[in-house]
Amino acid sequence: MDSKLALSKHDSVGAPTSEPLVKVEGLTVHFEGGRAGFWGRKRLFVHAVENVSFYIFPGETLGLVGESGSGKSTIGRAILRRVPAAAGRIFYKSREITHIGTANLRPLRRNMQLVFQDPYASLNPRMRIFDIVAEPLIVHGLARNNKEAQGRVCALLQRVGLPPDAGHRYPHAFSGGQRQRIGIARALALNPEFIVADEPVSALDVSIRAQIINLMQDLQAELGLTYLFIAHDLAVVRHISRRIAIMYAGKIVELANRDSIYENPLHPYTKALLSAVPVPDPKVQRSRVRIAYAGETPNPLNPPPGCRFQSRCPRASDACRTQDPPMKERDTGHFVACWQ
Amino acid sequence: MESSAEKIWKITWQERFQRLQNLLLELWRDKAGFIGMMLICALLFMAFAAPLLAPHHPADQDLMARLKPPAWSPNGSWNHIFGTDHLGRDVLSRVIYGSRVSLIVGATVVFAAGVFGTVLGLIAGYFRGRVDSFIMRWIDTQVAFPGLLLALIILAVIGPSLITVILVLSFNGWMVYGRMTRSAVLSVRETAYVEAAEILGCNSRRVIFRHILPNLTSPLLTLAILEFARIVLAEAALSFLGLGIQPPATSWGLDVAAGKDYMFRAWWLVTFPGIAISITVLAINLVASWMRLISDPQEREKQFARQMAALKRKHRRKEGAGA
Repeated sequence: MDSKLALSKHDSVGAPTSEPLVKVEGLTVHFEGGRAGFWGRKRLFVHAVENVSFYIFPGETLGLVGESGSGKSTIGRAILRRVPAAAGRIFYKSREITHIGTANLRPLRRNMQLVFQDPYASLNPRMRIFDIVAEPLIVHGLARNNKEAQGRVCALLQRVGLPPDAGHRYPHAFSGGQRQRIGIARALALNPEFIVADEPVSALDVSIRAQIINLMQDLQAELGLTYLFIAHDLAVVRHISRRIAIMYAGKIVELANRDSIYENPLHPYTKALLSAVPVPDPKVQRSRVRIAYAGETPNPLNPPPGCRFQSRCPRASDACRTQDPPMKERDTGHFVACWQ
Repeated sequence: MESSAEKIWKITWQERFQRLQNLLLELWRDKAGFIGMMLICALLFMAFAAPLLAPHHPADQDLMARLKPPAWSPNGSWNHIFGTDHLGRDVLSRVIYGSRVSLIVGATVVFAAGVFGTVLGLIAGYFRGRVDSFIMRWIDTQVAFPGLLLALIILAVIGPSLITVILVLSFNGWMVYGRMTRSAVLSVRETAYVEAAEILGCNSRRVIFRHILPNLTSPLLTLAILEFARIVLAEAALSFLGLGIQPPATSWGLDVAAGKDYMFRAWWLVTFPGIAISITVLAINLVASWMRLISDPQEREKQFARQMAALKRKHRRKEGAGA
């Protein structure tokens, strides 16, 4: 039921009235987490993502924020079909892709790509930059050999702001920011429409982050890209996203337009999260109240009934302990999963 | 524009030459590796040019000059520098000719066993599941069976020859490559660049051979070279037991085997082929450690940083002296 609400058509924030590019309905992802019982018959599952629903419209950026282990990367990987969904459905351009086979997945890969978190680990140290960026073209038959790929690779390297002779060299000759540019060039090689950016700047120096974020925004404006931007840095997310979803322990607790979430957070977890962001003005910073809740995050192997935040929420009532709060639209386009 | 774009994907001859030059320079800097490489070159030259170098034919018998000691002993003569064996054959010539068999067996076995073991290890590590269990149990079973015994049975049934020796040693030696490759693949396949390749739509063959295998070169190279040394010794052991190379052909192992009966009367019969084996193994080990360093991009980076630091230190000292 909550999925229906979250997907209601008058999600008019910024109002692109077009069809959503990506639609996620009641997505649930479980990982096997060992066995229990005397004979080891009972399988235990880590409830990584539980009944999550949202839309992503063409040309927008949806920020996905949450603490480590809240399931944000898992959602990104489930959309890219890297991890299987235990339940729920994923649509791409109104076509269901939750269970399509490998043969149909390949053309889909041309439309959806991933930008990785760690630019040091995501480039093959034994391949030249040219080969890294040309590989998608060759694999998908857009170029038969290096010579045919050359024009496109040059243009891509230039577009992400790398010197043209970068193609010769190996990844270890580049800095973190440059490597992330290479990763972006590789993701763009196939002209995708949708990009999952899995914490693309969290491994970079603060001074470099702005450059990469600006590059991503320029590319979005130029190529009409759609981003699912996964991050835990609230300042970065605020800068790049149009709408933001806040995750806690495998569920989306709040989803709204960027400004309404930052100015009027409704979920107690969101409030605590936002109060943790420092403000550059010391006077304002001193006057702010830092909300910190005691308590532990729920055990992902055996989440309690009801709201996942109940163990830390100061306002938890009986309803919170027994029933899962549905996503409700409190304001236009502002969804919250909270009984209070 | 065209000319600069051309350069991006093509490696020019000039660049290749430059790279070779850098490689040789690095070899020169690593003195141990350099000595090892020189020794290997000398051994290869010896094997190729054996008829030119050897003073006698290795099988020529001279029964009048049996068990002659080396030239520098009181009874020695310069006609047989390393002395002669119990049939009056020249030991020096036999050592020179023996290098042929030892090097051929070593190289072929390392290649055959290495390719087979590596491919199975890649398949097991990448696909996991049932294929993995099957291959690993196969390896476990074969490792559990004593290799030398298996070799002896096969050789006794088929009959010893150069080719059977190579086959038997390959059959006995591929498991170590399989196991090592599998364990390395298990860690490499979890890296982000392998995931990136899969998300880009690369098929498994491309992921395995373009992304995983190149990142295994340094451990594989080290293993192959250590195995080479082991194979040379294993061939010597088989020949020693009489199931390896058959006379009149010669190998170092065969000569050691034949010489053991005369160990107390004619020490030179076992010593010189033995020294040849040790020198080969030593040279290969020296080169192996150098190759491991240069084939690993991370090690190269460290080396580069060390050189830069040394250069800076030198520069600073010079400046200090100037002031």
